[in-house]
Amino acid sequence: MADVNRGNRPLSPHLQIYRPQITSASSIFTRITGNGLLVGSLLIVWWFLAAAISPEAFAVADGVITSWFGDVVMTLSLLALWYHTLAGVRHLVWDAGYGLELATAEKLGWGCIGGSVVLTILTLFLI
Amino acid sequence: MAFMTDRKRAIGWGSAKSGTEHHWHMILSSVALLILIPLFVFTFGPMLGEPHEEVVAYFSRPFPAIVAGLTLVVGFMHFKNGVQVMIDDYVEGLAREIAIIAMTCVSYAAAAIGVFALARLAL
Repeated sequence: MADVNRGNRPLSPHLQIYRPQITSASSIFTRITGNGLLVGSLLIVWWFLAAAISPEAFAVADGVITSWFGDVVMTLSLLALWYHTLAGVRHLVWDAGYGLELATAEKLGWGCIGGSVVLTILTLFLI
Repeated sequence: MAFMTDRKRAIGWGSAKSGTEHHWHMILSSVALLILIPLFVFTFGPMLGEPHEEVVAYFSRPFPAIVAGLTLVVGFMHFKNGVQVMIDDYVEGLAREIAIIAMTCVSYAAAAIGVFALARLAL
């Protein structure tokens, strides 16, 4: 019975049907930033391993991570990290049953975007 | 129904039967990372671009080393469970299983390499 009409069922409207909204866009950003952080994380793991092995190995890894390419990756990773952190807090708030009214949810979406930009600039100044 | 909780009603449902546990692990690791990430950004960050001796000396100290170790381990376990949700959504059939196995291996390997490197730096 479970295999009846498999793969030929009516589908609910998906992304291409809906007008872009801050609630859906901020949810998609959460996924992109969370998974994209793998790149920066692996660079950092390489940097730690190189530091533990020898000064020569460290020079190579540190050279890559502090090059213009490394700066771009690490700065974007920082932005992704703060965004994903704020979106994670929003998720915890939603999971607890608060902030689900449409107006509030939309404000929280803009808050994640604006907040992550502010936190990134602050971090770059402080470090 | 007075003894029924929301969680109890959710446990065991869905095709994999383990979604409740998966969701709970994401919540747990996200709260842990909420504490660890700011600590890691402001301990690891200033060391980027510093000379080798400086980096070795800094991560030989207990606090920066423990923060870095916990962040890498908890972070990669959070990634392992998070990336599985994305793979479940976009990849089908055998490719899905291969992708989940591959990303799980990458996550454990990266966490292990990070802990090994920190141990070697500290000792």
